[in-house]
Amino acid sequence: MSSHDIPEENLPAEQATHERGRGAVSVADERNPFADPGLPPHEHRIQDVDERAAKRSERTVALLFTVSMLATLGFIASYVTIPVDKSTYIFPIGHINALNFALGLTLGVALFAIGAGAVHWARTLMSDVEVADERHPIEASPEVRAKVHADFKQGAKESALGRRKLIRNTMLGALTLVPLTGVVLLRDLGPLPGTSLRHTLWAKGKRLVNMNTHQPLRPEDLTVGSLTFAMPDGLKETDENFQTEIAKAALMIVRLQPGDIKDKRELDWGHEGIVAFSKICTHVGCPVSLYEQQTHHALCPCHQSTFDLSDGARVIFGPAGHALPQLRIGVDSEGYLQALGDFEEPVGPAFWERG
Amino acid sequence: MSTSANTNPSAADAAGRSRGKAPAGEKFADWADGRLGIYSLAKANMRKIFPDHWSFMLGEVCMYSFIIIILTGVYLTLFFHPSMNEVVYHGSYVPLQGQLMSEAFSSTLDISFDVRGGLLIRQIHHWAALIFVAGMFVHMMRVFFTGAFRKPREVNWLFGFLLLVLGMFTGFTGYSLPDDLLSGTGVRFTQGAILSVPVIGTYISFFLFGGEFPGHDFVARFYSIHILLLPGIMLGLMVAHLILVFYHKHTQFAGPGKTNNNVVGMPLMPVYMAKAGGFFFLVFGVIAAIAAIVEINAVWVIGPYRPDMVSTGAQPDWYMGFAEGLIRFFPGWEINFWGHTLVLGVFIPLVLFGVVLAAIALYPFIEAWITGDKREHHILDRPRNAPTRTAFGVAWITMYLITLVGGGNDLWATHFHLSINAVTWFVRIGFFLGPIVAFVVTKRICLGLQRRDKEKVLHGRETGIIKRLPHGEFIEVHEPLSQEQLYTLTAHHQYELAEIGPTVDENGVERKVGVTQKLRAKLSNAYYGEDSQVQKPTVEEYKEITSGHGHH
Amino acid sequence: MKKLSARRRHPLAAVVVLLFALAATGGLYTAFAPASKAKADDTAQSLAIEEGKKLYLVGCASCHGTGGEGTTDGPTLVGVGAAAVDFQVGTGRMPAQQPGAQVPRKKVKYNQAEIDQMAAYIASLGAGPAVPTKNQYNPAGADAAVGGELFRNNCAQCHNFTGKGGALTYGKYAPGLEGVSNKHLYEAMQTGPQNMPSFPDSVLSEQNKKDIIAYLNEVNGPETTTPGGMELGGLGPVVEGLFAWIFGMGSLIVIAIWVAARTAKAKKS
Repeated sequence: MSSHDIPEENLPAEQATHERGRGAVSVADERNPFADPGLPPHEHRIQDVDERAAKRSERTVALLFTVSMLATLGFIASYVTIPVDKSTYIFPIGHINALNFALGLTLGVALFAIGAGAVHWARTLMSDVEVADERHPIEASPEVRAKVHADFKQGAKESALGRRKLIRNTMLGALTLVPLTGVVLLRDLGPLPGTSLRHTLWAKGKRLVNMNTHQPLRPEDLTVGSLTFAMPDGLKETDENFQTEIAKAALMIVRLQPGDIKDKRELDWGHEGIVAFSKICTHVGCPVSLYEQQTHHALCPCHQSTFDLSDGARVIFGPAGHALPQLRIGVDSEGYLQALGDFEEPVGPAFWERG
Repeated sequence: MSTSANTNPSAADAAGRSRGKAPAGEKFADWADGRLGIYSLAKANMRKIFPDHWSFMLGEVCMYSFIIIILTGVYLTLFFHPSMNEVVYHGSYVPLQGQLMSEAFSSTLDISFDVRGGLLIRQIHHWAALIFVAGMFVHMMRVFFTGAFRKPREVNWLFGFLLLVLGMFTGFTGYSLPDDLLSGTGVRFTQGAILSVPVIGTYISFFLFGGEFPGHDFVARFYSIHILLLPGIMLGLMVAHLILVFYHKHTQFAGPGKTNNNVVGMPLMPVYMAKAGGFFFLVFGVIAAIAAIVEINAVWVIGPYRPDMVSTGAQPDWYMGFAEGLIRFFPGWEINFWGHTLVLGVFIPLVLFGVVLAAIALYPFIEAWITGDKREHHILDRPRNAPTRTAFGVAWITMYLITLVGGGNDLWATHFHLSINAVTWFVRIGFFLGPIVAFVVTKRICLGLQRRDKEKVLHGRETGIIKRLPHGEFIEVHEPLSQEQLYTLTAHHQYELAEIGPTVDENGVERKVGVTQKLRAKLSNAYYGEDSQVQKPTVEEYKEITSGHGHH
Repeated sequence: MKKLSARRRHPLAAVVVLLFALAATGGLYTAFAPASKAKADDTAQSLAIEEGKKLYLVGCASCHGTGGEGTTDGPTLVGVGAAAVDFQVGTGRMPAQQPGAQVPRKKVKYNQAEIDQMAAYIASLGAGPAVPTKNQYNPAGADAAVGGELFRNNCAQCHNFTGKGGALTYGKYAPGLEGVSNKHLYEAMQTGPQNMPSFPDSVLSEQNKKDIIAYLNEVNGPETTTPGGMELGGLGPVVEGLFAWIFGMGSLIVIAIWVAARTAKAKKS
C-alpha cells in the first residue's frame, strides 16, 4: 500500500447511490429549501494531491512503528536489567519502583506507537471518500413472515403437542422439576444461621484483654478520655476462627466521668465510668471507633453513623438503626476487668430474625 | 487490492481451476471458505461502512479495556492464590513482615513486590477496570442522549445495560479478592446489606459466606465468580452486542446525503480496520502508561483484612460509589414487630440501587410507548431536539452524581472544610431536589437551543458585520445558511401529541378511556406539548421570510 | 521465638542488630550523662516555672484562666502535663486564633525554650504526662510491622491507613500525620489532644508507641516509596476514580476525537 502515485487508485469503486447523491445537488429543490442536497463532493486531502506530503506521512507511520520496536526492546532490557526492588526518584512523581515505571512506560510507548501509526496511516494515506451503504429493513417481508408462521404451525402440528396434552403436561413438569436439583445442591454452601448471630465469645468471668499489649485490663489502666480495644481472654490471632469470632466480640472500652453518663443502665453496666461497647456498627458492621473524647461521640468511618457513648450509645446521626450493644463488665477477685455475661442482644447489623 | 469479483464461482470447473492457480494467501482463504464459508461472511462485512464520529468510538474504549482486563487477568491468575488460609508474611515488603494474613493477601503482595512486572500488570488490570466501567457509562450516555436506543436497537440497549451492571459486580468481586482491609470493609458492608433483606437475608448471607462473616470461603467463591462466571456471561453479551451493531449497521447524525435508509462513512477494510485496530493499541498504551505513573489500590499500605479494624475514607471503587452514597445518606429506619426486624435503613437503599439502574434500563420502552412510534430510527437525535428525554437523562445523572458525592462525603468534608453532617444533609435534600432542578433547567436550555436553530434557519447566521442602511438604521448582516445546513437543522422529526380521542363515539355511546391511555396522553403532552418543543420552521415560513427580507 | 529465629537470617537482620546496638548505646548515654547535672536542675526548674508562668499569663490565661483552672473558652490545664503543652504549643495549635470546631495546626508562635518553660509551669499545677525523652519516641529498633497492626487497630479509623487524616463529626477532623515529628506523635498518643482519645502507657505501651512511630516513618515519611507511582494523596478509590475519569477517559476521548476527525483538506491550505 505504499505506492500512491495515482491517488485515485485506492479510492473505492463508486457505487451508483454515491454518484446519484453527489450529482443531484439541488436542482429540483426550488420548492423545498430544506430538502436533502445529497452527499457533498469529495475534497482531496493534501496527501491525495501532493506526493511529497504522502511520502512524509509514510515516513511518519514508519517512524512510529520503529519507535514501537525500540520500546519493546527497551521493555525487555528493563525487565532483564532492573532489579525488582529498586526504587528511584522521578521528579514530580516521587520515590517509585524503577522496574514498574520502566516496564509501564516502554510498554505504553510500544503499544501507543503501533496505534498512532495505524491511525495516521488510515487518516492520511487510505481513501477518505465517504461511501453510502444502503440499509435494509430489519423486519422480514410479509412473505417470509407468513412462511415462518406456517412452518412453525406445521411443526407444532406434527409434534402433536397441542393434541397430546399428557405429553405436554408431563414434559413441562419434568422441565420444571429438573432445575431443583441445582438448587438443592446449593444447600451445603453454608450452615443454617440458627442462633449463631446472637452469641459471641463473651461470657461471665471472661477477662477483657487489651489488644495492644495482650494483657488483661485493670480499671486503673484506663484513664478518662482514653480509648482501648479489647478481646475476650483465650482468643488468639492464630486461632482457626479468630476472624469470625473477633468480628462479633471486638470491644471498644472508654472511660467517662461517671457524672457525664446520662443513661442509668449504661452507668450500671460499666465499672466506675468504664464502659464497654461492641466495636461493630449496628448499621452494616464496620468497626465504629472514631471516638471523640470531648463530645463522647463515636463515629463510624464507613457511613457516618454517630453514637453517643455517654447516653447508652444511642444513634444521634446517620443510617444506623439502633444503639451499639453494651457489655456488662465488672472486676474479678484479682482486680481485672471481666465480662458479666454475653451481650444481651445480637451485635452488628440488624437482620430479619433479630427481633 | 484485488477482490474475489474476478473469479467466477458459478462454474465449478472454472472455480476449481482459478482456485488452483491462486497465490498462497488466496489458496488458504479458499481452503477456509470451503470449510467455514468465510467468503459469504466477508462479502457482507469486509467493506461494511462505519460513520466517523468520536462519540461512536466510546464503545470501543469499553471493548478494548475489557480485552485488556482479560489479558492481564489471566496473567494475574497465574500468581494469585484465592485462599483464606492464614499465613505469616515473609516477603519483601518490610512493614508487613511477620504479620498474619490470608494467602490471598500475601500472594497479592508477592505479585506486587516479587514478580517482575507483576505490579504493572496488577495496576493495568485495575486501571483498565475503572476505565472500562467509566467507558460503559459514557457510551451509555451517548446512546441515551442521541436516542440511539430506539427501534431497532432496544435489545442491544438492554445487552449494554446488562454489561454495565455485570461489569460493576465483576469489578466489585475483583476488588474484594486481595482480602485487604479496604476491600474487606466493602465485603462487610455487602454482607450487612444482605442481612437487611427481609426473611431470606440471613440465609443468603450464610450460604454466600459459608457461615458467619467472614468465614474461610468468600475469597475462593468470589474468585470463581470474578474470573469465570461473570466474565463468561459478559463475553457472550459483548459478542451479541457487537453482532447486533453489525447487523443493525451504525447510526449516524443527520446531514446532507445521510438518510434513514443509508449509512455514510468509511469501509471496515481498510480504514476502520486500521482505525479501530489502532485504537486498541492506543487505549492499551494509555492505560499502560497510566499504570506506570500512577499507583492504584496500594494494598500493602492498606494491610490485611481484620473485621475489627478499619480506616477512615473507606470507599468502594467509583462505580459502586453511588450505592455507597445511597446507604450513607439514608436515615436509620428500623421496624421491630413480632420478633422480626425490618431494616429499612439498609434495605430501601438496596432496592433504590436497583430502581435507579432499572429506570435508565427501561427508559427506551417507556419512550416508545409514549410516542407510539413503530418505525426504525437510524438517524440520531441532537439532544436539544428531544428536550424531555435530555432533561430526564440529565436529572438521572444529577441524582447519580449527588449520590456519588454522598459516597465520598467524608472526603468532601475534609477537603472543603465542611461538616460531614452538613454534606450528608446536602445529599439527603439534593437527592430529591437536584434532579428536579436539573430537569427544569435542562429542558429550558434545550428549548432555547431549538429556538436559536429556528432563528438560524429562518434568518441566517449572524455574521457580526454591522451595516448602516441609507436611512440610518444599523443592522447586523445575516448570512443565509447553505442548503446543507438548512437540511441538517430541519431533518429531525417532531412528534404529534397522542390524543385520547373523543370519549363519545358517533353513536353517542360513551367510550371507556383507560387509565394507561390517559397517562399516555399526559406524558405525550409533557414530551411533545407546546411547552416541550419548539415547532421547527416550515418551508412556508422560510419562504415568506426570505422573500420579504431578501435584502438582508 | 519462631518468628525471631526465622528472621535471624534475614538480610536486614544485621541492620536491625546494628540499630539495636546504637539505640542501646544512646540510651545508656542519656541514662548516665545527666546524672551529674541533677543538682543544678532544681534551681533551673523553678526558674523555668517562673518564666513559664509569665508567658502563660500573657498568651494563655485569657482562655485557660490565670491559674490554669479553665474558663468557658478553654479547658482546665491542671493535670494535663508538660507533654500536652509541648504538643499543643509545639505544633502551633495553641495559642488558638479563633473558636471553631477544631483548633488547627499552624505556625509555631514560641521557641522551644519558651515552650519548655510553659510546660514546666503547667506541669507544676498538677501531675500529668511529662515530655517524652528522645529515648522514648526514637523508633530505632522498633518493629514497623507490629506498629502497622497497632496503627490499623488504634489510629487508622480516624487518621487513614497511612495517616492522611479524615473527617469527624460536625466539622471536626483527624489531621494528617505527614511531617509531624516523632516527639509530637508520641505526645499526641499520650495526651489525647482536643477530641483525640488518649492512649496512656497502660493501654498502649511505650514499645507499642515506638512501633507505631516506626510504622509511620516507614509509610508516611519524606523518603517513603510509593512503588506503583503517584499515590494521589493516598486517599483510596475516590481519587482513583476521579483520576480514571478525568485523565483516563479524558485522554481516551481526546484520542478518539483525533481518530475520528477528518484529515485536513488540500483546498483549505
